[in-house]
Amino acid sequence: MRSIIKTPLAVLAATTMLSGMAMADGHGLTGDLRIFSDMSNPAPRAIMEGLVEEFGELHPGLEIELTVVDREAWKTQIRNALTANPPDVVNWYAANRMGPYVDAGLFMDITDMWDAGDFAGLESVRGAMTIDDRQWGVPYTYYQWGIYYREDIFNELGLSEPTTFEEEIANCQVIVDSGRSCYTIGSRYLWTAGGWFDYLNMRTNGFDFHMELARGEVAWTDERVRETFANWRRLIDMGAFIDDHQTYSWQEALPFFVNGEATAYLMGNFVVPHLREAGLSDDQIDFYQFPAIVEGMPMGEDAPTDTFHIPSGAQNVAAAQEFLRFVTSADVQARINGPDGLGQLPVNANAEVADDEFIQQGFEMLSQNATGGIAQFFDRDWPAEMASIGMEGLQEFMVFPDNLDDILERLEDARQRIYE
Amino acid sequence: MFPTPIQKRSRATQITYQTLLPLALIMWLLPLLAVMLFSIRPLSDFTNGNYWGIPSSFDLFANYGRVFFESDMPRYLLNSVFITVPTVIGAVALSCMTGFALGIYRFRGNLLIFFMFIAGNFVPFQILMVPVRDLTVSTGLYDTKTGLVLFHIAFQTGFCTLFMRNFIRALPYELIEAARVEGVAEWRIFWYVVLPLMRPAIAALSVLVFTFIWNDYFWAIVLTQGPGAQPVTAGITSFNSQFVAQYHLMSAGSIVAAIPPVAMFFAMQRHFIAGLTLGAVK
Amino acid sequence: MTPATDTRSWLQKNRMTVTPLLFLLPGLLFFVVYVISPIFQSFNISLYDWDGLGEATYIGLDNYRELVDDRAFETSLWNNLKWLALYLLAIPAGLFIALFLNQTVTGIRLYKSLFFFPFVLSQVVVGLVFSWFYLPRVGLLNAVLTFFGLDSINVLGDPDLATYGIIAAGLWPQTAYCMILYLTGLNAVDPEQIEAGRLDGAKGWKMLWHVVLPQLKPATFIAFVVTIIGALRSFDLISIMTNGGPFGSTRVLSFMMFEQALSEYGFRMGYGSAIAVVLFLIMLVFIGYFLWQMWRDERAARH
Repeated sequence: MRSIIKTPLAVLAATTMLSGMAMADGHGLTGDLRIFSDMSNPAPRAIMEGLVEEFGELHPGLEIELTVVDREAWKTQIRNALTANPPDVVNWYAANRMGPYVDAGLFMDITDMWDAGDFAGLESVRGAMTIDDRQWGVPYTYYQWGIYYREDIFNELGLSEPTTFEEEIANCQVIVDSGRSCYTIGSRYLWTAGGWFDYLNMRTNGFDFHMELARGEVAWTDERVRETFANWRRLIDMGAFIDDHQTYSWQEALPFFVNGEATAYLMGNFVVPHLREAGLSDDQIDFYQFPAIVEGMPMGEDAPTDTFHIPSGAQNVAAAQEFLRFVTSADVQARINGPDGLGQLPVNANAEVADDEFIQQGFEMLSQNATGGIAQFFDRDWPAEMASIGMEGLQEFMVFPDNLDDILERLEDARQRIYE
Repeated sequence: MFPTPIQKRSRATQITYQTLLPLALIMWLLPLLAVMLFSIRPLSDFTNGNYWGIPSSFDLFANYGRVFFESDMPRYLLNSVFITVPTVIGAVALSCMTGFALGIYRFRGNLLIFFMFIAGNFVPFQILMVPVRDLTVSTGLYDTKTGLVLFHIAFQTGFCTLFMRNFIRALPYELIEAARVEGVAEWRIFWYVVLPLMRPAIAALSVLVFTFIWNDYFWAIVLTQGPGAQPVTAGITSFNSQFVAQYHLMSAGSIVAAIPPVAMFFAMQRHFIAGLTLGAVK
Repeated sequence: MTPATDTRSWLQKNRMTVTPLLFLLPGLLFFVVYVISPIFQSFNISLYDWDGLGEATYIGLDNYRELVDDRAFETSLWNNLKWLALYLLAIPAGLFIALFLNQTVTGIRLYKSLFFFPFVLSQVVVGLVFSWFYLPRVGLLNAVLTFFGLDSINVLGDPDLATYGIIAAGLWPQTAYCMILYLTGLNAVDPEQIEAGRLDGAKGWKMLWHVVLPQLKPATFIAFVVTIIGALRSFDLISIMTNGGPFGSTRVLSFMMFEQALSEYGFRMGYGSAIAVVLFLIMLVFIGYFLWQMWRDERAARH
C-alpha cells in the first residue's frame, strides 16, 4: 500500500527538483519546508509569520510549516530538534554560541553559498558566522545595546546624559534619593546580567581583555576581573537595581521602567517597540552609550547578531537555501528591521537603515564610536557551557555580592575544566 | 475528636462548624481563586497595579476568546485528546488481559510477574528517559503523538495491572469454576464471564488514566516539541511566552488547560474516587 | 487417565498454562520494551561518555566519580531529602482535613469534592498558580502580608526559601490525595469499636491514636506509598516555578538529570544516566519495602 503511493510521489519530486534546478532562480520549489523559529515575542513573531507568508507566495509549490518555539525554551530544545527529526531552517545566535552544534556536525556548512556570492552585502558580518574558516549560517538582524532612560524623569530631576562612570553614579544617587531605582533588570533567564558584566568589564579593562577572558586565557580570579566586580558592586550597594530581579524575565521588568519606578534599562534595541507599545512616547525615552570608566579607553560595544541555519539533517535543502537568500536580501532586510518590525539593524550593507531615532543612534554609535571593538554578547562570546555557569554566578553576585570569592572560584574551576 | 457526629454536639459547635466549613474551603482554594480573578481582568488593571481590587471591567469573554482564537491553544487541546484517549483505551485493554491472567491462573512466576509490574510502576521516570527517547527517535516516532501514546500505554500498564489483578482476585471464583465445569473455553470465560463483572473497574481506571495522561508534562517535553504533537501541558509554556507578563491571558490559558480533567472528575466522581482509593480499605 | 486414552490436543491439555501466557503477552511485551529493559540500559549507559549521537566511550565509573565532586549534585541530593521529609506532611494534613470533613451536614459531599479537586489539576497548572501566588510585591501572599503590616517576601527568588515554597505548592494536591484516602478509610471504621473505646473512656487524641488510626492502617500505607513516589518524582513544579534557580538552589536529582542529559551545550547521556541510577537506587529502598509489605499481604490472603 505504502510503496504504491510512494512511487509516483518520488517521481514527481524528482522531476520537479530537476525543473527547479533548471530554473536556477529557485522558483518552482516544492515539497515541505519546515522552519523552527524562536521569534516568540509578539513583534518578532508577526515578522516571522509575515516572512513565511511572503516566501510562500513567491513559491506556491512549497508547503511551509512554521513552528514558533518560546525563545528561552528554544535554548534547551534546539539540540533535541537538530538531532531528532530535524527541520529545514532554524533560528540561533552567531559566534561561539554556534560552536556546540558546529562541533557536533548539526549545522550544515554553507560556505559554498557565501563563496558563490549568494549573500551580497553581508561581507562585513561573515566573520561572526565563521568557525574553523567555514560558514555555518546567515545573520538576519543585529542591534546595539546601551542605556535606555526616561528622558522626562531625567529632566524633572535636572539630570543629563552621563559620559563618565562618576557622572553615572552621581546621577544614580539623585535618582535613588528621589525614591526610585536607577535600573530595572529581570535576571531570571540570566543573560541580562551578562549584559551588565560585558559593559562593566569592557569599560574597566578594555575590549581586548574582555575577549581574552572569553577565550579562557585569563583566570576569573584575576585582580582585573575583581576590579570589574568592584565597580559593579558600587552600583549594587547604592541600591541602583530594582529588588527581586532574579524572579523576573526581562519583559516582567519592563513595568518598573514604564511606571517610572526605575529610570533606566541596560538593554538591546529590541526593547523600544515594547516601550512604545506600553504607552511611552519618544519624548519620554532616550538612549545613551554606556559611559566610560577609564578615561581614554576605546569603547567596546555589544551588538548581538541573530541568525538562521540549515540543520545538517534538513530534508528540503534547496528550499532552505532559497529562504536564507530571501531573508538576507537587501529589500527584506530593510523591511523586517524597520521600526514597525524588529526595530533593529539590517545585516545587509545595501539595506537602508530605518529612519528611526533609536535605530539611527545605534547605527551611528556602532559605526563611529565603537573603536574598541564589537562583541557579540556574554552568552555568545563565551563557550556555551562556560556562559551558562558564568551567568548563574553573575546573577548570584547581583543578589549576594558578598559571595564574590566563592563565585569566582567556582567560575575558575569551570574555566579550567571547560577550556582544557 | 473524630467519631462524635456533629449532630450530637451543642448548638454553638454546630454553628461554628457550619461557618468554618466555607471559610476553610475559601482558604484552601485561595491560590486558585486568585488566578480565576486574574483571568477576568483587563490588561489595564495590571499596568495600573490593581491586582487585588475590584476589576475595572469584566473581561471574561475577551480574555478567554483570545486564548481560543489567537493562540495555538485549540491545537494543543486537540493533541491532548488524541494522546489521552488512545492511551486510556490501550492501557485498559492490555491490563484487562494481564489482570485476568494474573488474577485467575496459578502458574509458576505469577507473583514474580505481578511484582515486576508493580515495581516498574514505581520507578522514577528519569531512569527510563534516555533509552525511551532513543527508542522513539530510532523508530521515527519522535515528535509524534503515536510515540507518546505507545510509551504511555506501556507505562500505565504497570499501574493498571496492579489494579485489575486485585479487582479480579476479589471476584467470586466459583463463577469461573462453574463455567469451566460447563466446558466453556478460557477466552470465552474472559469475554462473557469476567469482563462484564469488570465494568466498574474499567470505568474507574479509565477516568484515572485519563487524568494522569492529560496532566503529564515530563514525557511531553522529552518526546515531542512544537504544536504539531505537544499536549496542552507543554503547550501552556509556549502560550505563556507568547503572552509573557500578561497575567490575565496566562491565567485564562492555565484554566483552559486545567478544565478537561476537572470536568472529567466532577462528571465521574464516584468512579474516580473508587479507583483512587482501592486498597485504602481492607 | 492414561496417555493412550487422552485424545485431547496438546493445546487443550496445557490450556491452563497457555491461556494466561497469551493473555499476558501483549502487556508484558510493551512493559518489557518500554519500562523494564530501559532500566538496565540506563545502568549500562551510565558507564559511558555519550552525547546521544556519535560513538559512546566506555569510561567505567568516571561519571559517578564526577558526581561526588559536583556541587549541583550535592544540592540536588539535599533537596531530595527535604522533599522526602516535608512531603510526608501531606499525610497528617490530609488526615486532619478528612477528620474535619467527616460529618453529615447538608452539602458536605460538595465540600469534599471541592477540597479534593486540586489533585486533578496538572502539576504544570499548580506550578503556575503558585508562582503567581508568590509573585514579589503583587502576588496574593505578599498582598496579604503587607495588609497585615509585614514585609513582603520573594519566596521563589530567595535560595533559602525557594525549595520550601515549591514543596508547599506540591503539598496542596498531595494533601488532597491523602485526604480522600482517609475519608474512604473513615467510612469503613467499625462503629462498634468506637463505642467500645468510648466505654473505656477514650477521648480526643487518645481515641484517634488507639482506636481510629489502627483501623486506618491500609489508608496510611497507601498514602505513604504515593507520597514517597510523588516526592521523588518532583520535576514539573521545579521546572515551571524556578527552572532550578535561583543560582541552582532548587534543583533535585530528577531535574538535574534532565538538565544534564538534554542540555544546550551538549547532551551528557552518560552523566544523566548516572544521576538517574542514583535516584533509582534511592527509590529502590522504598520499592523493596512496598513489595515486601504486599508480599506479606499476599501470603496472609492465601492462608
